[in-house]
Amino acid sequence: MSNAKAQPKSVLWDWLTTVDHKKIGIMYMVAGLFFFALGGLEAILMRIQLMFPEFSFLGYQTYNEVLTMHGTTMIFLAAMPLLFGFMNFIVPLQIGARDVAFPFLNSLGFWLFLFGGLLLNVSWFTGGAPDAAWTAYVPLSSDSPGHGVDYYVLGLQVSGAGTLIGGINFLVTIINMRAPGMSMMRMPLFTWSTFVTSMLILFAFPALTIGLLLLMLDRIFGGAFFDVAAGGNVVIWQHLFWIFGHPEVYILILPAFGMFSEIIATFAKKRLFGYSAMVFATLIIGFLGFMVWAHHMFTVGMGPVANAIFAVATMAIAVPTGIKIFNWLLTLWGGRIKFTVANLFALAFIPSFTMGGVTGVMLATSAANYQFHDTYFVVAHFHYVIIGGVVFGIFAGMFYWWPKMFGYRLDETLGKIFFWLFLIGFHLTFFVQHFLGLMGMPRRVASFLDGQGLNEMNLISTIGAFMMGVAFIILVITLIVSRKNTDNVDDPWDGRTLEWATPSPVPEYNFAQTPLVRELDALWHEKYEGDGKMKAAEPLDDIHMPNGSILPIFISLGLTVASFGLIYSTHVITVIGLLITFGAMFVRSIKEDHGYHIPVSEIKRGKGER
Amino acid sequence: MATNEAVDQHTLPPNPEKATLEGRNKYLGFWFFLGGETVLFASLFGTYLGLRNSTAGGPGGADLFHLDLVFIMTMILLTSSLTSVFAIINMRRNNYKGLLMWMWATVLLGLTFLGFEVYEFYEYYHQGLGFTTSAFASSFYTLVGTHGAHVTFGVLWIITLLVRYRKTGLTLTNAPKFYTAVLYWHFIDVVWVFIFTVVYLLGIGG
Repeated sequence: MSNAKAQPKSVLWDWLTTVDHKKIGIMYMVAGLFFFALGGLEAILMRIQLMFPEFSFLGYQTYNEVLTMHGTTMIFLAAMPLLFGFMNFIVPLQIGARDVAFPFLNSLGFWLFLFGGLLLNVSWFTGGAPDAAWTAYVPLSSDSPGHGVDYYVLGLQVSGAGTLIGGINFLVTIINMRAPGMSMMRMPLFTWSTFVTSMLILFAFPALTIGLLLLMLDRIFGGAFFDVAAGGNVVIWQHLFWIFGHPEVYILILPAFGMFSEIIATFAKKRLFGYSAMVFATLIIGFLGFMVWAHHMFTVGMGPVANAIFAVATMAIAVPTGIKIFNWLLTLWGGRIKFTVANLFALAFIPSFTMGGVTGVMLATSAANYQFHDTYFVVAHFHYVIIGGVVFGIFAGMFYWWPKMFGYRLDETLGKIFFWLFLIGFHLTFFVQHFLGLMGMPRRVASFLDGQGLNEMNLISTIGAFMMGVAFIILVITLIVSRKNTDNVDDPWDGRTLEWATPSPVPEYNFAQTPLVRELDALWHEKYEGDGKMKAAEPLDDIHMPNGSILPIFISLGLTVASFGLIYSTHVITVIGLLITFGAMFVRSIKEDHGYHIPVSEIKRGKGER
Repeated sequence: MATNEAVDQHTLPPNPEKATLEGRNKYLGFWFFLGGETVLFASLFGTYLGLRNSTAGGPGGADLFHLDLVFIMTMILLTSSLTSVFAIINMRRNNYKGLLMWMWATVLLGLTFLGFEVYEFYEYYHQGLGFTTSAFASSFYTLVGTHGAHVTFGVLWIITLLVRYRKTGLTLTNAPKFYTAVLYWHFIDVVWVFIFTVVYLLGIGG
């Protein structure tokens, strides 16, 4: 039956067909970094336009497109994929699993994300990118001429389907595939946050799916959902968007919280303070994340009762978040702290994120919100939490897990230059924007007038943005020049969790024998109570592996083709695209594929190389 | 990993759909998927409830809906859930022929339902309710149409399974596949019960 060995494959074909969660994780990382650079470039273009009053660097239309694509790219195509990269690579290792629950679907999720992201960016070359901001409020978006918003609607739809699939995969993996002894309350915090994040994805993304569907039906098929003359209601878009959009910010920040928990515990050489409190705080944040979407709509006119309820619910999130902040501080307290780049980002995160949290409570005060609404104060707030939280988390995670993922350590000296430049640039850019906002500078507007006291702070903000740009270039250089640091990559930080029990690079079957977990911080426990190696929970035996498949690319490609058909209302092409997709799904479902086995002899050879 | 071997009467475990790790993964993953689908339909129901009186001078629910037609449709779909339950009971008894037969009955009832739905939409269209007529029309066709699309997908899915596995007998590979297809089918039925209440009963009476 399925004892056939894996066929030898060319490198390219191997990557295109892989269902290995580690390779998929790396592909998420690479694609995420590419889109991160793109979104950063768009940010710099915007900051150049706003460097001087009434500057004419970008036209207004181009500014709107760059603004829209910056937000959309950074949220959907950079931050989430980078986090997904870590989740894919690290979570199965952390729970001692050989694989994820659905390797094929995992690959499908990646390719859907990539094709959706590329589709969005094709719009630049076909007459204009979407221009209605990442929130795409109707009627701005429903009336936007050209095809830009159509690309937004379909690109996000394709990409969002991939995210949903990824979320379900993580949920089932974490519930069903944990190693013996790895109870829920022994799971590392990063795995916990991935779990809660996946729950949020599962319940938030379908609302976006419907929002995008309705917008598509209005724009392409003449629907009347948002057409007030035909009885439509524009506020429906805002509700659907934010029922998705608010949990989305927790989808971004919770994995970062998880990473900081791992990194701070490792570099303080202490068990995480208040582990169970951290778990419950994560769950509570996840729950409350769904209850507060309307705080984005205080000025819509929902009435004082609704505003008050959503204001109080929003402020309540500060409580579990505060618990987490104090737990991190108490983990550091009395620890033997090592100031590696990963830890520097984790340490810088605490005050930076707290500042963003404080302005969050200010914004949640619905009466005051009438003043802050749609000004740079809001821009400053969410960049403080998203960069000071998520992006710092991604950078910390990169420096922390890079040796495991890529088999070499990132250079610490260059990393520190990158860290300081980025940190200073970040605060320079966004701190002043609080004051710009309080002085009344509106967001989303392509220019500002001279003589209103806004000139100097805008210039400072732009200088800070350039510093972050330079810092990113240094990061890219670091990624390249560090390739020679291949010594001591299995467990360079004296790690506590299971991923550090594997060799780097990790063999495709992860663990030759499924490890037996005896304590929280499983590896640390074995280092101090055992012989430093994980105990095996099973005898050495052949390992069953899934076969790779090219079908995920075809399924994603079909949807992309169908999207072009919809965008240009050429429904023959839509049908062809859907036939490709459903055809590939059909092939997948009728072809029995039982994978292959890696024989014991080969596993033993793999262990000997170590 | 003996997942593809046909299981004879004596070795068949009591819950073949959950006997392997792959089966358990499918089973759990599918429940999560249905959780997501619930939000999907909840969003459509919310939209419909917000727009159901926005007929913009066009025909509204009370002008169009016929309770007898919708009642027949409801009965057909609920019966199809019953036949799929019989299919699973037969699966548990390792009566593969019975499983296939009751699944075909489910498919036939699903197709009948779809036929009624096409007729229904055709009727409404000729009574002046186009998709673009009003916000009510758009939200009605989108909600009920999304349900119809799910029924269509479910029918195609079950037919694929029936054709693919017509001769293999019950295995630990196809047991979870039939089981999840039936779960999906029940979900579609539950959504229809909500549509029957929220769209039709409320449309005629409220």
